[in-house]
Amino acid sequence: MPKFVLLLRDAGRYDPGMSPAQMQAITGRYIAWRNKVQQNGRSITGHKLHDKQGRVVSGAGSATKITDGPYAEAREVMGGLFVIEANGYDEVVELTKDCPHLDFGSIEIREVQPT
Amino acid sequence: MKTTDPIALVDHLFRKQAGQMIATLTRTLGSRHLTLAEDAVQDALMTAMQQWPFRGVPENPEAWLFQVARNRALDRLRHGKIAADKEPAIARESPTVESPGAAPLLRHELPPLEDDQLGLLFLACHPSLGPDARVALALKLVGGFSVNEIARAFLAHESTIAQRLVRAKRALGDEQISFGMPEPAHLPARLDSVLDTLYLMFNEGYAATSGDQMIRDDVAAEAIRLARMIALHPAIASPRAWALLALMLLHAARFPARVDSEGTLFLLREQDRRQWDSALIAEGMRALDRASAGDRISAFHLEAGIAACHAVAASWESTDWARIVELYDDLLALTGSPVVAMNRAVAISRIDGALAGLAALDAIENRPARDRYPLLPAIQAELWREAGDVDRAIECYRAALGLARSAPEQRWLTSRLSLLV
Repeated sequence: MPKFVLLLRDAGRYDPGMSPAQMQAITGRYIAWRNKVQQNGRSITGHKLHDKQGRVVSGAGSATKITDGPYAEAREVMGGLFVIEANGYDEVVELTKDCPHLDFGSIEIREVQPT
Repeated sequence: MKTTDPIALVDHLFRKQAGQMIATLTRTLGSRHLTLAEDAVQDALMTAMQQWPFRGVPENPEAWLFQVARNRALDRLRHGKIAADKEPAIARESPTVESPGAAPLLRHELPPLEDDQLGLLFLACHPSLGPDARVALALKLVGGFSVNEIARAFLAHESTIAQRLVRAKRALGDEQISFGMPEPAHLPARLDSVLDTLYLMFNEGYAATSGDQMIRDDVAAEAIRLARMIALHPAIASPRAWALLALMLLHAARFPARVDSEGTLFLLREQDRRQWDSALIAEGMRALDRASAGDRISAFHLEAGIAACHAVAASWESTDWARIVELYDDLLALTGSPVVAMNRAVAISRIDGALAGLAALDAIENRPARDRYPLLPAIQAELWREAGDVDRAIECYRAALGLARSAPEQRWLTSRLSLLV
């Protein structure tokens, strides 16, 4: 079955004074969404990316430049990714439409090119 | 970690764990590191919020959270950046969390949980703090409520609550009050301070004066949870604790009938008693039974006794008003409170008629205090209406409307008034 990568960009910053109940509510929405994807018979895995400490490597040979990822300045930071198996873009888009992440940023969907 | 089984989060897991983790960390690190413990716990919950969406809920969420909180606390101690840390989002410091696979081991490390929570509760309710500070601190530390949530429950500004908390914590530090259960010699006084705080906490949640009912229900539920924990604890249980638990449960049993989905208020006499929670009434009556073991009758005993009379009455009319008047007599003698006197007057009116009730209201001596209670003209209005004096009833309803504190109260009074004019 085709694999799709969902790239999640965070636009909003979380409020550090958030209450435990608010944090649980947000977490719970994501968990409910994951469960829904799984109940549709689709596997889902994911990784949270570190919001700091990125590196950008550019330039070949002697021109190679390594910089700390200026992610904090970017308008939308890549916050994490999901991998979902599904039948096609239509299905993944449908599954993504009610992903709670849309309240916090955007989601880019890319199909993993089959060999 | 399970990735195939859907796992839902237990209700209020984060809130409960916040209190538990702050308690355990404070016991381990000492009360002078209270703020560090709070920060580490906030950090752990933030980390969970950021990671669990991607990785799923760990098999043992409590142990996962505790392990992260403990490591964060140790990091902070080690780096000695306790006060200097100005990072807004502390959760971003470290991306990788210790393998959740190792977490279950922690189960054995976890201490007697309730003792930790009670130890923190005794700290938060120390007699050197003012009553309002105790309630706020207990909600923040033990209950896992945020400053904003406490402010909503208190109808206060967030900055007022934040300041109150900072001052309270500073006072605890200045007095070098230590975490934990008090020495046996100090237990009775310290326990009274805790019980009085829980009583205020419950009333804060119970008072249907304004908007944010959901957070108020949560505050009342937290007061009940803590009172239950104390009543059931073999080392500190006391008849007064059981009496407090009884009165909370018997009042809470009526919550479902107090307000309908439109926010319309229903007074006790108008309530649909079938909506009362019979399980809470049963538990409340059992608690009242245990409360009668002692020889000291506290105000909690009397209030619980009054609530019990209402709870077992099939209707407003068939309520044992004579018994209620007796209990109010005792309560008034004990407290001298104008609110008690008002309620007593209502009970008297049930036996001797509306005019007798009005006379009892007039006899309340503490006039200045009495005149601050918006309930007073509302009660007078009801009694004048019953006595058939429509003009005076209208006058009193209008006076009550001028003092009404919330939209539901205003609506209720307006609807009563509209029946007469």
